[in-house]
Amino acid sequence: MTRITDAPPDVAASHPPLHEKPRPSLLAGNRLAYLLIAPAVIAELLIHIVPMLLGLWVAFTHLTQINIRNWTRAPFVGLDNFIAGLDPDGPIGSQLYTSFFRTTVYVIIVLGACWALGIASAVFLSSKVKGRAFLRTFFLIPWAMPAFVGTIAWAFMFNQRDGMVNKILVDDLGVLDERPFWLIGENSFFVLIVASIWQMWPFAFLMLLAAMQSIPGDVFEAASLDGASLWRQFRSLILPMIRPTNIVLLLVMGLFLFNQFSIPYVLFGRNSPEPARLISPLIYEHSFVNWNFGLGSAVSALLLVVLFVASLFYIHLVMPRKNDDD
Amino acid sequence: MKKKIAVRIVVASTAVAALALSGCSGGDDSGEGASLTYWATNMSPTIEQDEEVLKEHLAGFTEETGIEVEYEVVPWGDYYNKILTAVSSGEGPDVLNIGNTWSVTLQETGSFMPFDDDALEAIGGGDRFVETALESAGKPDETPTFVPLYSNVYSLFYKPSMFAAAGLTEPPKTYQEFLEYGKQLTIDTDGDGAIDQWGTSVPGASVQVGSHWAFILGQQEGADWFTEDGEPQVDSDGMVTAVHTYVNQVNSIAAPSDAEITEGAGAIQDFIDGTSAMIITQSPMAQFAQFDFTDWEVAEVPVMEGGENIQSMVAGINIGVFSETDQREDSLELVKYLTSDEEQVGLNSQFSTLPVVTAAYDDPALEEADPTIPVREVILSEHSKPFPLFSATGQAETLLGTAVVTLIGQAAVSGSVSDADVSAALADVQSQLEAAG
Repeated sequence: MTRITDAPPDVAASHPPLHEKPRPSLLAGNRLAYLLIAPAVIAELLIHIVPMLLGLWVAFTHLTQINIRNWTRAPFVGLDNFIAGLDPDGPIGSQLYTSFFRTTVYVIIVLGACWALGIASAVFLSSKVKGRAFLRTFFLIPWAMPAFVGTIAWAFMFNQRDGMVNKILVDDLGVLDERPFWLIGENSFFVLIVASIWQMWPFAFLMLLAAMQSIPGDVFEAASLDGASLWRQFRSLILPMIRPTNIVLLLVMGLFLFNQFSIPYVLFGRNSPEPARLISPLIYEHSFVNWNFGLGSAVSALLLVVLFVASLFYIHLVMPRKNDDD
Repeated sequence: MKKKIAVRIVVASTAVAALALSGCSGGDDSGEGASLTYWATNMSPTIEQDEEVLKEHLAGFTEETGIEVEYEVVPWGDYYNKILTAVSSGEGPDVLNIGNTWSVTLQETGSFMPFDDDALEAIGGGDRFVETALESAGKPDETPTFVPLYSNVYSLFYKPSMFAAAGLTEPPKTYQEFLEYGKQLTIDTDGDGAIDQWGTSVPGASVQVGSHWAFILGQQEGADWFTEDGEPQVDSDGMVTAVHTYVNQVNSIAAPSDAEITEGAGAIQDFIDGTSAMIITQSPMAQFAQFDFTDWEVAEVPVMEGGENIQSMVAGINIGVFSETDQREDSLELVKYLTSDEEQVGLNSQFSTLPVVTAAYDDPALEEADPTIPVREVILSEHSKPFPLFSATGQAETLLGTAVVTLIGQAAVSGSVSDADVSAALADVQSQLEAAG
């Protein structure tokens, strides 16, 4: 810490001169900082960490609705729940692997589409376009809306008999002859993707727009003077300069989408149809539909490990290290 | 400067403490003059209607006994969750309704007060109850932790006008007749090439209703869900036939869009609106009255030819007392009141359910209010069986119901399901039940 010799009086008072022993005051230096963050740490422990550890403990027990009253005394079954979850021949394990694969595909598609829409709109709205302010606000609506409200509107629209989508496709436009089912059967995956992209892309748009603002304008002037096309500017100027934001955005959105629960829950109810069963709703089914809390916790823990490892790998791979050039 | 920091610390700590303490609820009221907390199930088409009925009857209770009751009508979707949360936390109501198929599973949690001889005396005696209803209240040979409150059974409702138009005079007696009549009644009434009248309506996305029929038709085929020792056996041939028969309704005599109906009320509404000619359901009469719908008749449920004459499971609501309650006596008073002969006539006629006490059936006011009583009483006392009385029943109900819903969805989307599909689905349920055991 640099010593300020011409310090104003109050600063000097809180930084005692070096030759004096620092008084063990409650307010001295770091003690104060720890005190101030103590409430946040306690809250974080109580709300996040302790329940997570409890959940981990439950994963090693056979906790069902029958013994939930005395859940602290549920029988310890060691790794049985984990083995059931990982065994590819068992009914639970095979479901888990399928769901994991499906969720990965879901994340790739939705993340890709959200990013593409986000960067396109961010670039578009970074230039002086008419109605820029209005469009910026308008694009944020799906993200700002309560998730339930938006998703239930989609559920109504995709209802096979009375929904707007079928009405337009079959009755008005005559594109299809039969009224297809959207919320059950194969199409449910498509509906899930559509609703997810609709809800999540404004987040990508917002982060990328903010990142675009930090790019100095004269770089583009110089580039267009040199004869760079728009696409070239995008590829060689914009992308590298928003790389830090991109890295964080992809990680955050990827993790969020992997754990996606609210959209499938609102669209399909407590039991997702098989083609659209993501991994979080599956865990929910184990714990709160089949009441096998031990199994649900075990699968949850497995998911945590997988995502953690994947994140570490990703960060190690793409995050700029401190000594690298920016 | 130090004083300023000190002041800020005090203010900050106080604010945090206040925030933390505001999160603590006052806890359950207990002690003198406290009111009873009562969780009721949703019996009418809407929660508001339930609240009106309960308000009236519970006001009578408060007048008689001076005990206040704070009631909450809980929708079915999450009710079981809510009960389990109360069980695991120890914080719950004093008195609560449950779906009677949950009786044994909840009995095993140990969170509900057993109705031993004293308690049964306190509510007026156990022999007042209809035998089949009382049977469904708990494990045989064990002290029950619930007593029946409302009973219900499935019965067949049909439209005489549509029957007459199709040249049919009598309701179907066998399941095969039901399917045949259904086909005759599935027609295009306005000549536009699309079928707009169907034989029947089913809530194809309701897990509970799916499980009920997996049970009822299974019973007709002589297939029990569990062996006597409580081992699951849901993938037997009888069960495959039962489930396949039920699922096939969707492509043959019910609209494919029924696969998206999640509540019984939705299917009943279709029946009222003229989309179907028959419906097998529990008590639609309140909904009929709400829409001034009178073109209906009630009949016994058609049974599979050569099968046992089991037309329904003993459906209904049981009532119990949460073991963590501080007000045992008052809670028993409420149970006594709600199961008293008078209240049974009143409540059941308003909810279109069946009384659980035999004396109530002698009251002429009952049949006046509900002309379906004679038919349904017979079904209840002679042609119904309680849901399996094992602790794994709750889970079996969910797994089988989900399998039925998935198969119905498959049938709706692809046009039919094969025996192999049903077999595979039931084998899956069987292995899940075995794994969880």
